[in-house]
Amino acid sequence: MVVAVCGCSRQHKAAPAPQATAVGSALVVSSGDKQLGPAGAPLGQPLVMQVNDDQGNGVTGALVMFTGPAGVKFDPSELLTDSSGQVSTNVTLGNTSGRYQLTAVTNNKAGHALPVQVPELAAGYQEELGYQVQRTYCSRCHNPESTPEQVSNHDNLSVPPHSFDQGDTYNKLSDADLTAIIGHGGPAMNLSVLMPPYGKTLTKAEIQAVIAYIRLVSDPPYQAPGLVYAKQ
Amino acid sequence: MRTPNKLWNSWRGLFRDPIRPFGISSALLLIVLAIAPAKNHFSEWRQYQRGYLKLIRNRPDALVLQRHFEPGIHQIWLPDLGVVDRCETCHLGLTETSLGDIRMQPWSRHPVIPHSMQQFGCVICHRGQGAATTVAAAHDSTLSPDEPILPARYDEASCGQCHHVALEGTPTLNQGREILARYGCVRCHAIKLPDGSAEQPTDEPPPLTHIADKTTREWIYAWLKDPKSYAASATMPNFLLSDDDARDISAFLIANSVAESGDTATLKVASATNADPTAGASLYGESFCASCHATQNAAGNLVGGDLGPELTAVGTKVKPEWLTAWLRDPKIYDGATSMPHYRFTDQQLALLSGFLESKTNSDLLANVHLDAATPEQLAHGKQLVEEYGCAACHEIRGVSRPDNYGPELSRVGSKPVAQLVFTTGMAETLPAYLSNKIERPRSFGPGLHMPQYTFTPAQVDALTTALLSLTDRSYTLPAKMRIAAVQQTAYEPAGRAGHLMTDLNCMACHRINGHGGDMAPDLTWEGSSVQKQWLDAFLKNPNTLRPALIRRMPRFNLTDEERATLTDYIMTVYQNPTIDRDAMPLRGYLPAMVEHGRELFYGKYACQSCHMVDPAQDKGYIGPPLSAVGSRLNAEWIFLWLKNPQQLRPGTIEPDRDMSDDDAHALTAFLMMQTGSGNKGARK
Repeated sequence: MVVAVCGCSRQHKAAPAPQATAVGSALVVSSGDKQLGPAGAPLGQPLVMQVNDDQGNGVTGALVMFTGPAGVKFDPSELLTDSSGQVSTNVTLGNTSGRYQLTAVTNNKAGHALPVQVPELAAGYQEELGYQVQRTYCSRCHNPESTPEQVSNHDNLSVPPHSFDQGDTYNKLSDADLTAIIGHGGPAMNLSVLMPPYGKTLTKAEIQAVIAYIRLVSDPPYQAPGLVYAKQ
Repeated sequence: MRTPNKLWNSWRGLFRDPIRPFGISSALLLIVLAIAPAKNHFSEWRQYQRGYLKLIRNRPDALVLQRHFEPGIHQIWLPDLGVVDRCETCHLGLTETSLGDIRMQPWSRHPVIPHSMQQFGCVICHRGQGAATTVAAAHDSTLSPDEPILPARYDEASCGQCHHVALEGTPTLNQGREILARYGCVRCHAIKLPDGSAEQPTDEPPPLTHIADKTTREWIYAWLKDPKSYAASATMPNFLLSDDDARDISAFLIANSVAESGDTATLKVASATNADPTAGASLYGESFCASCHATQNAAGNLVGGDLGPELTAVGTKVKPEWLTAWLRDPKIYDGATSMPHYRFTDQQLALLSGFLESKTNSDLLANVHLDAATPEQLAHGKQLVEEYGCAACHEIRGVSRPDNYGPELSRVGSKPVAQLVFTTGMAETLPAYLSNKIERPRSFGPGLHMPQYTFTPAQVDALTTALLSLTDRSYTLPAKMRIAAVQQTAYEPAGRAGHLMTDLNCMACHRINGHGGDMAPDLTWEGSSVQKQWLDAFLKNPNTLRPALIRRMPRFNLTDEERATLTDYIMTVYQNPTIDRDAMPLRGYLPAMVEHGRELFYGKYACQSCHMVDPAQDKGYIGPPLSAVGSRLNAEWIFLWLKNPQQLRPGTIEPDRDMSDDDAHALTAFLMMQTGSGNKGARK
């Protein structure tokens, strides 16, 4: 009977964690962080992390574990680094939109955990719409990176626009401020006249969606203003 | 008589006091009465409501949230839509805007969507059993087998039940529908829509009636074995044929082909063979072949458009004589092709076909050795062609197009789980079934004919989303809620010009009166927009209007007469009936007005963000350069464009500036002075 119980319990256990054959002294993100993907769906690119030794060379066979907030899935969540010192996992974010702070951990020689925070972004309907709208109307100037398919106009402007992930700039502006700038142009907030008004071109919902997108991608993250209670 | 007495005695022994039975039965009654309230008190949904109150108790916005909270079962009842949803009984924070930081289900806030929950309920989008009051009965596939909750990654499928037109906010669904049309899915699987229309394919599988003119049996064999080995971007799937099957099909297709006169041409152009080796490549570039055709560059990336087939190794595929004839006039081989009829000279034909023939992949046919086919093999080939439904896509002589070759998919998104056959290791849900069918169609059993596509995980998700949108509910929802897709009209230009435009396939890229492609500008009102001399010069040598674009209008080498025919037709027919293009003069604006226009251009409206008037000084690189706009556009068109660009070209990204008539007049005057000769008005 004991055997039967053991047999049963073993079936329910998850696959055993791989055994580390080496340890490194640093864990770094190689690629796949700060991705934007639809909520509940797998991200487009895998998250790749690298374990390095003291000299900065990749360590083979070190164990890396991934954890995240409720709803986040990793495939796989624990694995050993390959010959170049890298691990690659596919990430599926939770069903709610927003910023997900994932954690990757490896142990160093002394057995201490080396956690690294990796942010990923999940877009809900509104953020997804905002992404599409800004790609059509805004990113030609606001995104400084040029590709053959979309040549950036950013450097052609005498007052260069801010990229949407510049949280230091955008977090200071309230939703009402951003609505005014998008709807009435830069001069509405005493900013550059090169920013034209889109109030007659975009719908209210589209402008709100662009703002939701800006809030999602901003770095440092945007904190929505809470209710303010006067002391005493 | 003794036995009842005995019973009676023992009964009296138990309840000596007559009060006692009364007390016991009262207690029993009380317990029975308490069962219902206790069940209610300990019910799942009350626990969630208590949990919610605990969650909001210590928040700064507790007072507001508590005021919104009402205990009890909440229900959204929409008889029109067949919705009875009690989801809000547990999902209490859905409409609380201040709960944005709560990720914990069932209390988190609902993301912002364009519809109100009170009007649509929950199950129309999320599926599941709305009337259930326990978690399992509402969500799980085992307890609500007809309609379990739809996983969030396929949410956009629900938008597609009513919205048959592409929405900006549903990129996954749009991509899935595009794949359905582009990869030929709907050629085998009929997809009828609730309004009676059907999904139409957008691919152009070539006819195979004269295939032997074009290519060799060896190439067909290699292609059938694995289309991706010839072209990474091939849209034809892999039918996983055995060597013998591929041998027999290739034999049948070649034997079944009939030579078409004019399909082959041999040129003797000595100058072409002696010419500069880069001349062919230059001609390929100048003719903007890459607007439609892709080739793989040295880094292995595909560069170019996807309207026509990939040309990376076209020299391994086509016969030189056929290629020359095709480049001379593609309509002879395939009357329905989108390839324009360029008017190349013999010298150009030799250069271009020489250049394309040099694009080869020597590995492809290295190991293909086919012996002459026996009659049995030919018969087997024909049988295979019929079995695999090749004629559902390709025109093949002697094989009729099979009707409903694959199962109809009009309502596949509502297929009950009980009707599905799962393979081992697969999650037993409809989305998992569909995505597995797309990824591994042959793994569901022997004898299946569905070919193997090579889709990325994102494409599989998109395709699954599009299939999940084809539900029973899309048929039962009120017809007024349906938003039909924009159907292409059957417009065809008429007369000699129309014949010319069909020959040049203008409408492969341009849309006119609701018919045609979307790669290039809509020409429906071109005659109101541009000046005649400009149009004639443009057709002679299409220069680049928008430097930031990489897809460009090719030069077709039209004769003077052909150009005159086209120009006349466009200027006469393609006019907006509400625009009088001569309402404003082309020249003769007052200098003061022009000056005022310039101030508005550079000051108030800052047009130089996107446009260049003086190329030496302006840098705007989004809209077309305007240094010669005065020789290109009509003044009235510019004026109306400034007043409301979206009215003249829906979807243009130039913002509507809500301009006054005076400002628009002055700007028009300034722009009409920009004639490209000396840039008079642009001096600053």
